[in-house]
Amino acid sequence: MLKIIVCVKAVPDPKEAHKIKIDPATKTLTRADVPLVLNLLDKNAMELALLLKEQLDAHITVLSMGPPVAGNIVKECLALGANQGFLLSDRAFGGADAYATAYTLAKGIEKIGEFDLIICGMASSDGSTEWVGPEMAAFLKVPVVTRVNEIVEFGGEWWKVKASLENGYRLMQVKLPAVFTVSRELNTPRTLSFSGIIKARKKEITLWDLNELGVLEETVGQKGSPTIVSSLATVNSKRIAEIISGTREDKVEQLVQKLADAAVI
Amino acid sequence: MNKQCGSVWVVAEQIDCRILPVSLQLIGQARKLAKELNTSVETVILGDQMDKRVQEFFAAGADRIYLGNAPELAIYQPEMYTEMIVKLAKEHQPEIMLIGSTSMGTELAPLVAARLGTGLTAHCIDLIIDDNKILEQRIPAYGGLISIICPEKRPQMATIASGVFPHPELDESRTGEIIHLEIPNEISPRVQTLEIVREEPEGIPLESAPIVVAGGAGAGDIEGWRIIAGLSEILNAALGSTRPAVDEGWTELETMIGQSGKMVSPELYIGVGLSGELQHMVGIVGAKVMVAINNDANAPVFEQVDYGIVDDCREFVPMLIEKIKEYQERKITC
Ligand SMILES: Cc1cc2nc3c(=O)[nH]c(=O)nc-3n(C[C@H](O)[C@H](O)[C@H](O)COP(=O)(O)OP(=O)(O)OC[C@H]3O[C@@H](n4cnc5c(N)ncnc54)[C@H](O)[C@@H]3O)c2cc1C
Ligand SMILES: Nc1ncnc2c1ncn2[C@@H]1O[C@H](COP(=O)(O)O)[C@@H](O)[C@H]1O
Repeated sequence: MLKIIVCVKAVPDPKEAHKIKIDPATKTLTRADVPLVLNLLDKNAMELALLLKEQLDAHITVLSMGPPVAGNIVKECLALGANQGFLLSDRAFGGADAYATAYTLAKGIEKIGEFDLIICGMASSDGSTEWVGPEMAAFLKVPVVTRVNEIVEFGGEWWKVKASLENGYRLMQVKLPAVFTVSRELNTPRTLSFSGIIKARKKEITLWDLNELGVLEETVGQKGSPTIVSSLATVNSKRIAEIISGTREDKVEQLVQKLADAAVI
Repeated sequence: MNKQCGSVWVVAEQIDCRILPVSLQLIGQARKLAKELNTSVETVILGDQMDKRVQEFFAAGADRIYLGNAPELAIYQPEMYTEMIVKLAKEHQPEIMLIGSTSMGTELAPLVAARLGTGLTAHCIDLIIDDNKILEQRIPAYGGLISIICPEKRPQMATIASGVFPHPELDESRTGEIIHLEIPNEISPRVQTLEIVREEPEGIPLESAPIVVAGGAGAGDIEGWRIIAGLSEILNAALGSTRPAVDEGWTELETMIGQSGKMVSPELYIGVGLSGELQHMVGIVGAKVMVAINNDANAPVFEQVDYGIVDDCREFVPMLIEKIKEYQERKITC
């Protein structure tokens, strides 16, 4: 049986994330109640797992690290068809950079046990580093392919995948167990079905905190992060727009004239 | 006395033996950082038949080059490249390591960082040495700039996009030291690049386009997106995008402009249906004229451009296209 682990992250809803801003006076972040949702590209990761499960004998585990409400996105993945879900949640995990996040997830995976394939999204919408997948692979000492956009050969010990590259792709041969991070082009994620939601009600999420995970406090969260935010700053804009007004016809006319005068068209 | 500070490293990248512009740009910046730290600039390059190319690194500002030259290094091989760089870094203890945020760099940097147990910062748009001689790595976030530092672990690592730093002036008289790297015995690899296929990019490349039209979430749907694409066609411009436009599937990731996308420096930039989020706007460097079309008079983008049109882009842009056509015809006839 192919044991798959999908790593999913709860991120501030991208449609409202702009509400979180640096306060010019206090140089701290404004607290805005932005809801957390399943990271968009992690849906592509889930979709790959589900497609594999449809074609092979596979078992899907969903793993997330985040605040207790991140349990909702793990539930969502269970409703999509994952078999079991784990949430790593503890105050001590807070403030983690990519390194500490990858380390904590890797510890979670070691505790879950054997795996053949770990699937991540290519990037999260808030951190967007693309690093959690490869750093996790490094901690687990398994190979990784990032930006996977096509599965060419699968099922055996060696898989062939394509990964996107500037103006092209690379064809990779990789031996399982391995980590893939997947791009949007790989597939079109399915949407939740009613029967899925009903079935998921019976599935349990396992919660692990610092003690249950069995890691030292100084290796996780902010303490375990090599990087820190040293300061926040607002930026002064260098330009201020001259608003061109009038009827639509006037505006079009004026704009073209201004661009022509500036000799840029 | 203070311990001599480690060097500033640039892990360079080549495609078909050609050194990528971003690698030379980073050497230019590394030179500045090294000056403040009173240390040297060193470059790592892995490839095949690179010996004739390395002079470019010296000309750009490198003092020493670690050269891995072998057929099996011709294209990026994740395990081999990681092994060699990790070993080298452990041996020489660089203070700073910079890598271009290309597809290779974005995979290689975290593999190396995790193995070295150090921090890594993505999408930097500026790098400076602070009063404590620590690398301050600036990235746009939350409508402002945040500074990230890696206070204790070394090297301090960062990935940077092409175009963030200018091309250095090349000094062909500069020379330096070349250290030839030993090629590790074929460790039976678990992941291998079998082939790299490059396609000629379609249309005008964003990075060098004199006119860039960028569309955002305000396009509304694929129809709206086509209207914006029409504007770029009539202007013979490159078409750029914001992240929501990519997420909606209207355009490819390669067209995204900004901190995690491409950097552009056109004569004319026209932003259509986009809010002016800093993460996008930092991607536009030194444009001569900037225009925004947005139906919300309070959109932050109007504080970052020269001319603003408050209107529905789906109505305004088709008329603009017609007017530009007229202008172009007039220009030809007179
Ligand atoms: C770590 C990180 C990295 C990121 N990197 C990048 C990056 O490199 N590049 C990037 O672009 N983004 C990036 N983003 C995303 C960025 O924060 C913004 O979400 C994004 O730039 C906003 O895109 P937008 O302006 O198209 O959408 P929105 O902010 O939703 O703005 C849409 C605008 O369109 C206007 N509008 C709506 N309808 C119409 C209409 N009919 N006519 C005219 N105007 C209309 C609205 O008034 C609004 O101002 C990143 C985010 C994070 C967290
Ligand atoms: N806290 C987290 N919990 C679970 N998975 C995560 C977490 N952070 C990142 N990931 C995974 O790593 C991918 C890349 O994230 P990032 O490195 O932040 O761009 C995401 O798409 C997820 O699959």
